[in-house]
Amino acid sequence: MLHRSLISGVRRQLPKARGFASTYRAAQSFQVDNSLTEEQLEFQRTAREFAAKELLPHAAKWDAEKHFPVDTLRKAAELGFASIYISDDVGGTGLMRSDAAIIFEALAYGDISTTAYLTIHNMVSGCIDRYGTDAQRQGFLPQLISLQSFSSYCLTEPGSGSDAASLSTTAKRDGSDYILTGSKAFISGGGVADLYLVMARTGAPGPKGISAFLVEKGTPGLSFGKQEAKMGWNAQPTCSVSLDGVRVPQENRLGEEGQGFTIAMNALDGGRINIGTCSVGGAAFCLDRALQYASERRQFGQPISQFQAIQFKLADMATAVHASRLMVRRAAESLDGGAESATMDAAMAKRFATDACFTVADDAVQVLGGYGYLKEYGVERVMRDLRVHRILEGTNQIMNVIISRELSKQQR
Amino acid sequence: MKRILVAVKRVIDYNARIRVKADKSGVETTNVKMSMNPFCEIAVEEALRLKEKKLAEEVVAVSLGPKACQDQIRTAMAMGADRGIHVLTDTELQPLAVAKLLAKIAERESPDMFMLGKQAIDDDCNQTGQMLAALLSWPQATFASKVEVEAGDERRAVVTREVDGGLQTLRLRLPAVVTTDLRLNEPRYATLPNIMKAKKKPIQQLTPQDLGVDMAPRLQTVKVEEPLKRKGGIIVSSVEELVDKLRNEAKVL
Repeated sequence: MLHRSLISGVRRQLPKARGFASTYRAAQSFQVDNSLTEEQLEFQRTAREFAAKELLPHAAKWDAEKHFPVDTLRKAAELGFASIYISDDVGGTGLMRSDAAIIFEALAYGDISTTAYLTIHNMVSGCIDRYGTDAQRQGFLPQLISLQSFSSYCLTEPGSGSDAASLSTTAKRDGSDYILTGSKAFISGGGVADLYLVMARTGAPGPKGISAFLVEKGTPGLSFGKQEAKMGWNAQPTCSVSLDGVRVPQENRLGEEGQGFTIAMNALDGGRINIGTCSVGGAAFCLDRALQYASERRQFGQPISQFQAIQFKLADMATAVHASRLMVRRAAESLDGGAESATMDAAMAKRFATDACFTVADDAVQVLGGYGYLKEYGVERVMRDLRVHRILEGTNQIMNVIISRELSKQQR
Repeated sequence: MKRILVAVKRVIDYNARIRVKADKSGVETTNVKMSMNPFCEIAVEEALRLKEKKLAEEVVAVSLGPKACQDQIRTAMAMGADRGIHVLTDTELQPLAVAKLLAKIAERESPDMFMLGKQAIDDDCNQTGQMLAALLSWPQATFASKVEVEAGDERRAVVTREVDGGLQTLRLRLPAVVTTDLRLNEPRYATLPNIMKAKKKPIQQLTPQDLGVDMAPRLQTVKVEEPLKRKGGIIVSSVEELVDKLRNEAKVL
């Protein structure tokens, strides 16, 4: 009796499971991952606990209510999740991309949409850390690290998506200021974020004529469109951003004039790995749910996990998750090591992981059958969230363009 | 207080599925996720809170067992403990031997408080803290749900305990042994920067021989078996049938 009450007491502190999964246990959370360092295992432990207690129990509600969980994100920031690869001299966590790949996967297991926003915020902060002047770093990073200030990345425009270098937002010199005019589309965090990293044209057409600017919310001429209604990623706002003669002081230009496209593309190498990572986290969740369901659901007198059709599907899913995870981690290591192949590795990982993990989510819906189609079981949400990963940070077709280009470089 | 020692035990993670070994000699631990015993985590958290309130200067995490126990010491240090002590042994650990080792460490470190989880979720012994207090001849407060330390030179702690009839409050002279119950606090997450810092904190390694403790097991495990599988219930058709079954089958009326 004493024993039972103790254990049930301990379990009271665990996240409440939903629906059929009243006996749900995160299968992922007790796998032993021998390839990680001792510290990485600790990072993973913290991230998994955070995901299990602070993200997963709320993910369905945030999705349904289109709620951007500002308080939860700030809690995540307290643990260092909003500044993973920001240098420690300004209070950042100072870790590597390969650490981030482990952390974001664990967080995305709990909620993709929130984690994906966090990765974008980390990407913008990372740009400031890498390319910013000392004044910019000291001025902006402390608030970004604590998430007192949220950030957005503004590259895409209504008329410039895959062909990003054709962007038409302009930044015209006016004394020591720039005047920015144009519009940006599909901006994550738009309207809510306090700081916008905006790519705008300061020179000739093409990639070399683009510069990066830090535009603060509240600057006259900066306005936001209505919040978009989306298939997934509902726990973060998305809208268009309009710049109508926005005056930005020269001190807020990030990097040199003409360096904007390089900054944008370098950021995206990391961003692509992050998006791949978020896909792996979501797919791992789906795999766990499918495994559990298949062992509990009985048809024709036995658990459906006894049928080879289901076994093979689960085997395919597990293989896809594993392969995606390896590719993403490898790409992160390439980027950490400054490997020449980093851009290609990131593009390959992004393309492979986002496609394969979407299929895993779709398969999980199939394994759960009618229940999979119900929101209560969570896997359809992951499928909706993961769908966009094949489109953003460069569509998977653009990934093929990048991979082909890198291949032909190797031929020369 | 100058120093709080906290004992942390490596156990199978509370989330992991427990499997009994085929030969019934124990439970399977290979390839099973191991973690810090949840009650130990609560003890670490409480010690850290006392330190943050400036009621203690140093928190030292102690673990006994194979090399892998250092993971749990690192976890405690990532939460905020200042340093670690690891007694390396591959011998089966039983409460009396553990209490003797901890007592020897207490003699070396002279802490003002020794905090332990009230029990570990693996063997559920709930003996180590009590034995430790007896060996040291220190006062003990078990099942703590609230721990306060009086400021000043009096060196006393006030501990609220969860007992069957309600709450009991003890005032005890330090140094003392305190074992922690579930509702004492909710342990913090280790932050990423603190995980990095923990890497640089020292862990002193000792052996039972260094401490002169005889580790020979006093208890013998006869066999370990799975609990009986729950049988399915039945639906009764009337109150009369229910009463009849309670009286004649279950014999509880």
